[in-house]
Amino acid sequence: MKLFVSEGNPHCLKVLAVLEISGVKCDVQHVNHEEKVVPFLSRPTLPVLHLPSGQFLFSPNAICQYLFEVSGKQTSKQSHQWLEWEATELQPALMHALHLVAVQGKTDSAKALEALLSFLEQNLSKKTTAFLTAETAEVADIVLWAALYPAFLENGLKIGELKSTRSWFEAVGVMPACKASAQSVFKGKGLEALKGYLQKQPAPHGPQAQHKDSHIGSSGSPAESEDSDRVMTQEEIEAAAQIWNQKIDCQSKPERKHPILPEKGKRNVLITSALPYVNNVPHLGNIIGCVLSADVFARYGRQRGWNLLYICGTDEYGTATENKAREEGLTPQQICDKYHAIHTSIYKWFQIDFDFFGRTTTQRQTEIAQDIFWRLNERGFLQEDTVEQLRCETCERFLADRFVEGVCPFCQYPEARGDQCDKCGRLINAVELKEPQCKVCKQTPVIRCSKHLFLDLPKLEGSLEQWLERSFGTGDWTTNARNITRSWLRDGLKPRCITRDLQWGTPVPHPDFAGKVFYVWFDAPIGYLSITANYTDQWEKWWKNPQEVELYNFMAKDNVPFHSVVFPCSLLGAQDNYTLVNSLIATEYLNYEDTKFSKSRGVGVFGDMAKDTGIPSDVWRFYLLYLRPEGQDAAFSWADMALKNNSELLNNLGNFINRAGMFVSKFFEGVVPQVTLQEEDKRLLAQVGWELKQYIQLLDKVRIRDALKCILNISRHGNQYIQVNEPWKKIKGGDTDRQRAGTVTAVSVNMAVLLSAMLEPYMPTVSETIRAQLQAPPATSHVMLQGEGNFVCSLPAGHHIGTVSPLFQKLEAEQIESLKKRFGGQQSQTINQNNAAPKPSAPSAAVVPETPVKADPELAKQLAAAVAEQGDKVRALKAQKAEKAVIGEEVAKLLELKKQLALAEGKNPEPSPQKGKKK
Amino acid sequence: MALRELSSLEKFLGLKKPNKYSTQGDRKVPVLQSNSAPSLVGLGTIATHLAQEAKRPDLLGASAEERAVIQQWLEYRVARLDGCAKEDIKTILKDLNAYLEDKVYLAGNHISLADPLMYYGLHHIITDLAVQEKEKYLNVTRWFDHMQHYPGVRHHLPPVVVLRNRVYTSGHH
Repeated sequence: MKLFVSEGNPHCLKVLAVLEISGVKCDVQHVNHEEKVVPFLSRPTLPVLHLPSGQFLFSPNAICQYLFEVSGKQTSKQSHQWLEWEATELQPALMHALHLVAVQGKTDSAKALEALLSFLEQNLSKKTTAFLTAETAEVADIVLWAALYPAFLENGLKIGELKSTRSWFEAVGVMPACKASAQSVFKGKGLEALKGYLQKQPAPHGPQAQHKDSHIGSSGSPAESEDSDRVMTQEEIEAAAQIWNQKIDCQSKPERKHPILPEKGKRNVLITSALPYVNNVPHLGNIIGCVLSADVFARYGRQRGWNLLYICGTDEYGTATENKAREEGLTPQQICDKYHAIHTSIYKWFQIDFDFFGRTTTQRQTEIAQDIFWRLNERGFLQEDTVEQLRCETCERFLADRFVEGVCPFCQYPEARGDQCDKCGRLINAVELKEPQCKVCKQTPVIRCSKHLFLDLPKLEGSLEQWLERSFGTGDWTTNARNITRSWLRDGLKPRCITRDLQWGTPVPHPDFAGKVFYVWFDAPIGYLSITANYTDQWEKWWKNPQEVELYNFMAKDNVPFHSVVFPCSLLGAQDNYTLVNSLIATEYLNYEDTKFSKSRGVGVFGDMAKDTGIPSDVWRFYLLYLRPEGQDAAFSWADMALKNNSELLNNLGNFINRAGMFVSKFFEGVVPQVTLQEEDKRLLAQVGWELKQYIQLLDKVRIRDALKCILNISRHGNQYIQVNEPWKKIKGGDTDRQRAGTVTAVSVNMAVLLSAMLEPYMPTVSETIRAQLQAPPATSHVMLQGEGNFVCSLPAGHHIGTVSPLFQKLEAEQIESLKKRFGGQQSQTINQNNAAPKPSAPSAAVVPETPVKADPELAKQLAAAVAEQGDKVRALKAQKAEKAVIGEEVAKLLELKKQLALAEGKNPEPSPQKGKKK
Repeated sequence: MALRELSSLEKFLGLKKPNKYSTQGDRKVPVLQSNSAPSLVGLGTIATHLAQEAKRPDLLGASAEERAVIQQWLEYRVARLDGCAKEDIKTILKDLNAYLEDKVYLAGNHISLADPLMYYGLHHIITDLAVQEKEKYLNVTRWFDHMQHYPGVRHHLPPVVVLRNRVYTSGHH
């Protein structure tokens, strides 16, 4: 039996205290808040008791009851009733109140909690027993005591007299078990420890808000509560005013000079984004998952003055490319050239600021991959084995993993791929698939033998684990990256094939394996090295320099094992002092309007279409980053995009910046007025400084989505500040009023400059536009984002600003509706067409017949023969490498015949709904 | 709502004499009135009490572990499921779906008090799901369908059509 707990979590206090009192023997493991212990819960939940039967208890009160029962005590009905009250009534109100106090810095606690506490007080004052329900402390006493523990902490909640509650609370608290567990959970850090816990929890709804219908789609995005003002201390306010008055040099900006190389004594950061596969146009999910996320971090790092290199490129080798080439009648190289250019232009439109965007089909790739191969071979990390491989006799070739589909041998998922199951995520050997099918012709492949080389992962497991422990401890790994990596190690590593019977790839240099190429997953990550080598001859300064270089890998979660296990093993085995990943940032998936992106069905927005929508690249970036799938999957929604554009960009951010600039030009002839800071201004400076500090702390930890919230909070503060001070009225008043209007305007316009700096990673064009409109000195961003952040006055009195104009446009409902239709896929059209055409023999994919179709055995026989004949014809044409259009026509006939056959056999020709997911 | 649910539960438990209930507060928390003992507050507490009254310890679990798992789901029902925000529904369904993947009942290998109570609590949510969503949360719908057909459980609630038979499996294409 094992109990998992975390610091500062009052629920963990409950179970630890009960464990101590019950005397039950149980291992206790301290983990961090985001540790996912229970496999079936999507949000990390603690504490968790892993029962001897293998089941998990994740409800703290159930754990407490269980521990009490094991130690021979029953939970009385009265006690049970208090437990239910605690879970359903007290907890929601308490969490809300604690969140206000510990996280947002408010002093007054919620009303709802007061009523509950006085209910408890009444009960305690009337009781006749020493404790809540009995003469000794029962499970309900401990649970309530632990729940209220944070409220009674110093600087905790302001709660009234509550005499009986306090004396009961102290009576429970002096029990040695409670004392010891409080020390173990809060470590004497009190409210700070609690804050750490609360920040990791989803923002609690107020007890009243619970029943309100909340807007769908806002889930998972940074929830900006209107009342998140933090109360500033006097010291903070004075410090903010001092920073504001600092004299700074905003003119000299460090320039980017290529080639960028690591420098001693600097923070050298190497950023990679997963290499997009060349044969497809990337969709929004691909873009947010890697290149855009990495771009934000890279832009931020450059502002912070890190010595930073951001590289990426297209991954070009593999059967998928060969196949695409066959489809389009081009050579693989031509296909790569064509799609490399498409990728380049899409990323350019999205303003992805790579230092270098290369490709994997280069001479450098061959040299480096073969070098790593020989080193692994010399050191005995490669083994030879004969492999059973699937060969499709119809297509006359060995089938690459992604060209076989079948039933997953582990979880029975019917559409597992040859290398991995999308459902359970386990690795599969293609020959282990049940009911394998060639993805191209749908025939059953046969098994043939072929000699291959394997990377001996079990031999490298020890050094991998040692290195991972260090990297986990020092770097920033997203929770999903840690979990996926751990689950791989837990299952034990197996030797992994690194060669393939294909043509389009890096050739294996070993004479015994002539004619084979490297398996794309051995080869592709080496692309990071070779692309850097194509950028600079001195690439080894980045890649063989773990002492001075920090490596950040960005990707979607399906790519994690190859970056955290397989590739590091290749590099560790090659023993050439390679730079290994320090921080691995993986996103969850982005869905499209609650379904999946699908090229084949035309569902979703793909990179090349985004610009045709007429919506600016910056707005796309903003919305994608706003719903960046951190922690859980997110969904792109047109309506939500319009809402966020209109409410956040237009009404909040754009409105504030525009007003600030307009006041300067309208009331002060375009010249920034004199500032005389009053207490209220200083408090604002402190608020803004605090948000800036949060922004930096968050982005340093690559919490991209959360940091965006800080920007929006600042402009919200700014809007309120203008609203309260009404400079447009004061400007018409006497001298004092006019001076006040000047101060408010000058502070506001300086906030706009700060916002432009903070926006740069997210919306580079908007950021540049703001700076140009205000004629802000070039290095302001750089200065403001140093250290913990400095909100300095960068537009002093007398500074001339330029012409101010609105930054954002409203997205109208009609426009959004038409876009939604345009990218909603062909499904709706198909239905209409079928409804219009009274052809009963061809029901569309989306229409499910309510009544079973009647079977006709005689017709079925004839049709079966026709299908067989037509099938032969298609195969013959394919074998002759006939023109695509000709084959396509015959295939269409074949499909139609199959459909009719199915109907004649009384089956429903509806394709399975998952069909369309494949791209 | 909770009162009709308790009356269905009484029938399921085979209790002959109906109890007297009232509700308290904005959330309409059920209260069991009794002349002989102090009143009981809260759905989970009352349901547990009723199972004891009906001499159905099997519904409360045969071992300490089983009892704990059952209590956990009762708490989940009242604390997580009831009054949850709209955006949490998907998470709840997703989690339940993962949990039920290899299970027929919520706790152990036979029906327990947790099953009808979660069934009652989920009914309005499952009713609102589209066919595709029901397929997505296949394990939840399978369990749900099982519950609504389990003798004596459904009572006050209308049956929900949960699954369409797919005549074809994808293997035929």
